[in-house]
Amino acid sequence: MKILVCISNVPDTTSKINFTDGDTKFDANGVQFVINPNDEFGLTRAMWFKEKQGATVHVATVGETTVEPTMRKALAIGADEAIRVNSVPTDGYFVAQQLAEVVKNGGYDLVIAGRESIDYNGGMVPGILATLLGMNFVNTCTNLEVDGTNATAIREIDGGKEKIATTLPLVIAGQKGLVEESDLRIPNMRGIMMARKKALNVIEPIEATKATEDTKFEKPAPKGAVRLIDAENIDELIELLHNEAKVI
Amino acid sequence: MKPDLFEAPDYYNLDDLFSEEHKLVRDAARQWVKRDISPIIESYAQKAEFPKQILGGLAEIGAFGPYIPETYGGAGLDQISYGLIMQEIERGDSGVRSTASVQSSLVMYPIYTYGSEEQRKKYLPKLATGELMGCFGLTEPNHGSNPSGMETKFKDAGDHYLLNGAKLWISNSPFADIAVVWAKNEDGRIQGLIVERGMDGFSTPETHNKWSLRASATGELIFDNVKVPKANLLPGKSGLGAPLGCLDSARYGIAWGAIGAAMDCYDTALRYAKERMQFGKPIAAFQLQQKKLAEMITEITKAQLLAFRLGQLKNEGKATTQQISMAKRNNVDMALKIAREARQVLGAMGITGDYSIMRHMMNLESVITYEGTHDIHLLITGADITGIPAFT
Repeated sequence: MKILVCISNVPDTTSKINFTDGDTKFDANGVQFVINPNDEFGLTRAMWFKEKQGATVHVATVGETTVEPTMRKALAIGADEAIRVNSVPTDGYFVAQQLAEVVKNGGYDLVIAGRESIDYNGGMVPGILATLLGMNFVNTCTNLEVDGTNATAIREIDGGKEKIATTLPLVIAGQKGLVEESDLRIPNMRGIMMARKKALNVIEPIEATKATEDTKFEKPAPKGAVRLIDAENIDELIELLHNEAKVI
Repeated sequence: MKPDLFEAPDYYNLDDLFSEEHKLVRDAARQWVKRDISPIIESYAQKAEFPKQILGGLAEIGAFGPYIPETYGGAGLDQISYGLIMQEIERGDSGVRSTASVQSSLVMYPIYTYGSEEQRKKYLPKLATGELMGCFGLTEPNHGSNPSGMETKFKDAGDHYLLNGAKLWISNSPFADIAVVWAKNEDGRIQGLIVERGMDGFSTPETHNKWSLRASATGELIFDNVKVPKANLLPGKSGLGAPLGCLDSARYGIAWGAIGAAMDCYDTALRYAKERMQFGKPIAAFQLQQKKLAEMITEITKAQLLAFRLGQLKNEGKATTQQISMAKRNNVDMALKIAREARQVLGAMGITGDYSIMRHMMNLESVITYEGTHDIHLLITGADITGIPAFT
């Protein structure tokens, strides 16, 4: 089985988020980047397929040279080969078209993408990718077993779980549940040493259009100060909740 | 113990100077410390026990001989990577870093540098995986800052050497499988021997009741007519310069490690000062607290630059013993002062095991003394700039 794990390079969850150019661009200055957590669950599951079922695992991303440390980390965790499409990842449609080309050329049986990246939360890439490739698709996937060309997936639905039988080739949009947080791997020294010798292939993007454009970002309003109301003064509390907070 | 919310300070964007691999190695160590050290270290320090279960993890992140070539089981990394690993481990605990320092710089380094090819092949790969643990015997009850006066000696007894003497303040000794021991031969010349646990007459009693490095095992090495095979003599170098070469490597690691302890104290104090309210505002809003925090980050930044430059010199094979002394002395002193100031920022909370600061502070009282005391390192600099040794 040949697996492609699609990786997004996203700001670490503890990063302080700011925008520049009139709130139209993300300010990457001083921000630490990591493998998108939803992708990391998928990568870890792919490692399981590699170790238990002899799968080959490649990782791919769309990004400029600044994403290479993230790809090198994926190699250190155990991916066999990495592919970087040399372009700014403008929007989900653009990224999906680039990744579709990678999948076509690589002949992958299984494509694991994260349900969404934790930066822009677009959640578009896996679905568009499956559509462009004409592959089966399981969204919000929390478990995946593969036996030959048959796959059994579990996905989250409102208030419960759905078990799906499908076949390869397959695209899944993965998330926590594929593996648990405690299963995530820290690159060990052997992995880091081996990653030095693994290929990180850079390919140029294909002609592709983007479907959307970010025109403005807005941060949530900062939290206001807490106002303490005397426990005896219930009328004032109700008045404030009704007229000022407008929650009752 | 509170959850580990550590965020590493990098005021001068030193990350721009590190290579992709440096950062990968460091971040892996950082992540490992957060996952495997922070949740357990306080309880092990409180009960004065070394957490042996972490040895496999230390080996996995490359803490054992990171700069030893791959042929011998090392990672073949450069000196800056070694420093960064030590920094991250000591961010967790100086005792754990001590275990890694000893294994790398005081056991693997001498076997690699002064050992025979057979000795390298026999010991280094197993030391790199933690399958074998080592310790280093130089200091003696009557000879600390003056190791050349050592009394431990060995003599030729035909097909083996006969070793007699005692070593004190030996990190890892209670559980080490092997000890690299420095002793005088019949001509009074210092040489290194590899002594293995189980050899008749060799014992390693543990030192109890320490107020410092409580999560690290410390002990003695006692040699009572120990028969050491001749093949266990390190043939590559003799004289005091041989053990001192090991100390250069260990002190270099300590110069980085101390930054880790300081970073943890600073980060804890900064977070606490921004959250702790007094007189209706966070204590970080008061000038006296800001002075403490601003001075801490200034000193950490200076120490980071010192260690980075020393790392470059080490990589080029140009770092002198004297330069290493300066960095070890400065950075450990810096970390100890920061730990004391950070403890003050936390007020009474600073003395509890809920925070790491007092553990770091007590650990650093050992670190400022071992591997060349604070005063001896000052005299090394003094001798270097004046040309006049003032040790005696």
